[in-house]
Amino acid sequence: MNVILIAVISLGAIALVSAAILYVASKKFAVYEDPRIAQVGAVLPQANCGGCGYPGCSGFADACVKAGSLEGKFCPVGGQPVMTKVAEILGLDAAATEPMVAVVRCNGTCANRPRTNSYDGAKSCAIAASLYGGETGCSFGCLGCGDCVSACQFDAIHMNPETGLPEVDEAKCTACGACAKACPKNIIEIRPQGKKSRRVYVQCVNKDKGGVARKACAAACIGCGKCVKVCPFEAITLENNLAYIDPNKCKSCRKCEEACPQNAIVALNFPPRKPKVEETEAATIVGAQTATPAKTEAPEVKA
Amino acid sequence: MLKTFSIGGVHPHENKLSAHQPIIKAEIPFKAVILLGQHIGAPAKPIVAKGDVVKVGTKIAEPGGFVSAAIHSSVSGKVAKIDTIIDASGYPKPAIFIDVEGDEWEESIDRTETLVKECNLTSEEIVKKIAEAGIVGLGGACFPTQVKLCPPPAFKAECVIINAVECEPYLTADHQLMLEHAEEIMVGVSILMKAVKVNKAFIGIENNKPDAIQLMTKVASGYAGIEIVPLKVQYPQGGEKQLIDAIIGRQVASGALPISTGAVVQNVGTAFAVYQAVQKNKPLFERVITVTGKSLAKPSNFLARIGTPMKQLIDACGGLPEDTGKIIGGGPMMGKALVNTDVPTAKGSSGILIMNNKEAKRGEIQPCIRCAKCVGACPMGLEPYLLSALSEHAEFERMEKERIMDCIECGSCQFTCPANRPLLDYCRLGKGKVGAMIRARQAKK
Amino acid sequence: MENKLVISLSPHVHGGDSVKKNMYGVLIALIPAFLVSLYFFGLGALVVTATSVAACLFFEWAIGRFLLKKETSTICDGSAVITGVLLAFNLPSNLPIWIIIIGALFAIGVGKMSFGGLGSNPFNPALVGRVFLLLSFPVQMTSWPVVGQLTSYTDATTAATPLNLMKQVVGGNVDALKELPSSFDLLIGNNGGCLGEVSALALLLGLAYMLWKRIITWHIPVAILGTVFVFSGIMHLVDPVHYVSPVLQLFTGGLMLGAIFMATDYVTSPMSKKGMLIYGVCIGLLTVIIRLFGAYPEGMSFAILIMNAFTPLINTYCKPKRFGEVAKKK
Repeated sequence: MNVILIAVISLGAIALVSAAILYVASKKFAVYEDPRIAQVGAVLPQANCGGCGYPGCSGFADACVKAGSLEGKFCPVGGQPVMTKVAEILGLDAAATEPMVAVVRCNGTCANRPRTNSYDGAKSCAIAASLYGGETGCSFGCLGCGDCVSACQFDAIHMNPETGLPEVDEAKCTACGACAKACPKNIIEIRPQGKKSRRVYVQCVNKDKGGVARKACAAACIGCGKCVKVCPFEAITLENNLAYIDPNKCKSCRKCEEACPQNAIVALNFPPRKPKVEETEAATIVGAQTATPAKTEAPEVKA
Repeated sequence: MLKTFSIGGVHPHENKLSAHQPIIKAEIPFKAVILLGQHIGAPAKPIVAKGDVVKVGTKIAEPGGFVSAAIHSSVSGKVAKIDTIIDASGYPKPAIFIDVEGDEWEESIDRTETLVKECNLTSEEIVKKIAEAGIVGLGGACFPTQVKLCPPPAFKAECVIINAVECEPYLTADHQLMLEHAEEIMVGVSILMKAVKVNKAFIGIENNKPDAIQLMTKVASGYAGIEIVPLKVQYPQGGEKQLIDAIIGRQVASGALPISTGAVVQNVGTAFAVYQAVQKNKPLFERVITVTGKSLAKPSNFLARIGTPMKQLIDACGGLPEDTGKIIGGGPMMGKALVNTDVPTAKGSSGILIMNNKEAKRGEIQPCIRCAKCVGACPMGLEPYLLSALSEHAEFERMEKERIMDCIECGSCQFTCPANRPLLDYCRLGKGKVGAMIRARQAKK
Repeated sequence: MENKLVISLSPHVHGGDSVKKNMYGVLIALIPAFLVSLYFFGLGALVVTATSVAACLFFEWAIGRFLLKKETSTICDGSAVITGVLLAFNLPSNLPIWIIIIGALFAIGVGKMSFGGLGSNPFNPALVGRVFLLLSFPVQMTSWPVVGQLTSYTDATTAATPLNLMKQVVGGNVDALKELPSSFDLLIGNNGGCLGEVSALALLLGLAYMLWKRIITWHIPVAILGTVFVFSGIMHLVDPVHYVSPVLQLFTGGLMLGAIFMATDYVTSPMSKKGMLIYGVCIGLLTVIIRLFGAYPEGMSFAILIMNAFTPLINTYCKPKRFGEVAKKK
């Protein structure tokens, strides 16, 4: 009995002393932190992906509180809903930004871009790019080793084994930019997702002269400039034999997509175009109705 | 006991299939493609334009900076265009394309075969003549020779070391050059000694070339201050740092230049080119190239003009074999796999190696079994297993601490690894990233 | 030419070494010890070794296929076979089959596969299995048959091994010293003990083979054996009554087997020469301390496992000799 009593008392005493020490330490060595930082941190998605450009969610919370304005701060994972909540907590105006998405600007599939060599080195795009232009005639295109896939923390990009190119899953993509940073050829671009997820972009980064580019890949941009001429909003620029569509000026009219002789411009998520055949048929009927015995008055119908 | 370097090293099969094949003068190509970036440093700037007529030895490009070299035409004819062509790196690089007409040489070049021993130029005049002749290191690195011969004021040259080791398997160009032109090489070495104002030179030759050692020793007895040093057969005996360690027992400190040990190292082919430039007014436009391979009909050594497409030299050996898997520019340990046979030869092309399908593919990669054989093989005393793992996980700061910048990219680690891991691939990636980090840091200062 | 040229970065040749070559080389080095064990322990040796190897192979295949869902099996690289053989060599020849199977499951499952397979395990799998069995089945694991009973298995007569006798000597029973076998018997293996540890000569032959084939380097075995010799020699000089001669220490127990085959395991030993020497010295010290002052007669297994835990630390602080560190002038 004595033994138990001694044990209980001594352990109890140790516990009390330790508690007292901890209490004093917590008061004396306390670091003042703005309580809002914790509040902001609580509404963030806790993905710690770095997509906002800050080290982790706590870093972003810290930056938001200390900066005093939400200009230029956006959490791509949480998106607009989370930024609105952050703005509420801090009593600031949320900066309205467009949702962005990663876009793979290469259409050099196995069918379009025949292989001229067989790469046998370590499976890493960074390594392959350091000394080789790749396995095909195009030294700008996708190398297919999947550095972008490894970089993505949201399972939003995968290699398609048939085409040999990465494909972005829009639903999962948070536009954190990890894949774009990982790509040694700068093929992936973070562009605005567009209204109703519709966007138009040039699916090529080849800066070789037209003839060389075309020989290497059937879907390459040859720098002919037809898209530039056709665009009613001056959204397309041509530099180094490569066309680029400015997402801020583009109004998604798709005239450039029609004009491109190489099908290098892609319009994603648009409804299928109405076939031209309907228009010509209508014109024929109209022509037939208005045709008078004077055959020469029949309007010319484009075949 | 033969001298050798102190740490690491491996023993690849020598495969000197083209040994003792006399040097054949290769045929002049129909079209010469002369790359503008044939050396370390800034690419040369062309001084000719489309339509210009050039002769053999005409200067067609001047140095693009301090660390750069001039380029001379290797053929006579008309400049067709200045355009890009895919070189050994697989990327398109600028080059001067010349349509060949005849074989007219510049009058200033002395084409006679007589040996000219005396050289009465001062050391500054020698260096100037070497610079004008566009001489670069012919060992493969192609460092502009005139820059190496002018050490920074903090360092003083104590001796010249000639690299006649040829430790890469398959290559025999330097060996054959020594057998056929020993006297000229000796004169070249004496000229180099005069250029850096030293009176001692060592010529390191690996022990698998006993006839060259014997001949060079005999010839060297007629020249003051030149000593032939036979070396153990071990790779990478010909690495600059390893060679200095083997011959004079001094190790270049991490991050320091080799000149800090007092040694000026030049390849034996460079010494020959120096002789021709200084004594015969002949700029650098041709060199000895070994074309070899197990399936090749006639492995040979050629004296080829720079700008000859590799295809032509391969055809002269019996054509590309059916079972070709890989074509390597250089030796199998440090050479570059070529994307096609149209790649033109350059000043640094020491060899063309045709590998058949069996040899061409790497083995299956397995996880690291931590056998430490790579650590034992590394001649710089690094830990390749650790460096490559750090590179895979992008831990570049730690790689810098683990001395990745000391890596000479010799390939001994990957050669040894039982698990076929691509150690050097990842180490090279890390070295590039760490190098960029260091440059960015220094730029900020 | 129809084929596309292969492109990759240098080097473009390989020395021809492979994981299989090294593993099967170790197995060849173990053959003399295996033959000796058959000679002295007969049927028991055969059953124990066969069971251990079969169980290790099966568990590695099964775990790889069903738990890790790997596409190809790793059982062909030879490492599971080595674990099986080394585990068997650390067991007495009368151990029942079910115990061996449990040991193999623990060795492969916990000691190797749970960490990620070959190359990722911090502890020597065979030793992990052996120590687990020692702690779980102390009676069965510490009764060794007398040599010469070639046709008996679990029914063999048991007797004290030289190490047991040496422990008694430490405890004060000097008579036990007279019962020790001669040095010659210890050398060739004519004494009781675990399967693979009895014959120092057979193990040394294996060491010679592995050194010749460059499978291992001399640093770890020499460091361990040297340290044991020196340390036990000092103790013997201090107190010859309680502490036997260093030669006896070298030839008895699992020291040779541990120094040559267990401590030199690639995955769990340090990567630099300096590190290997420190590792070997520490193992030697620990072994002698446990043998002379500890509760167990044999300290090798524990010494190696303890030092396995220190290997990452040794790797961090013992770097190989860098080129350029010593700029000696001539």
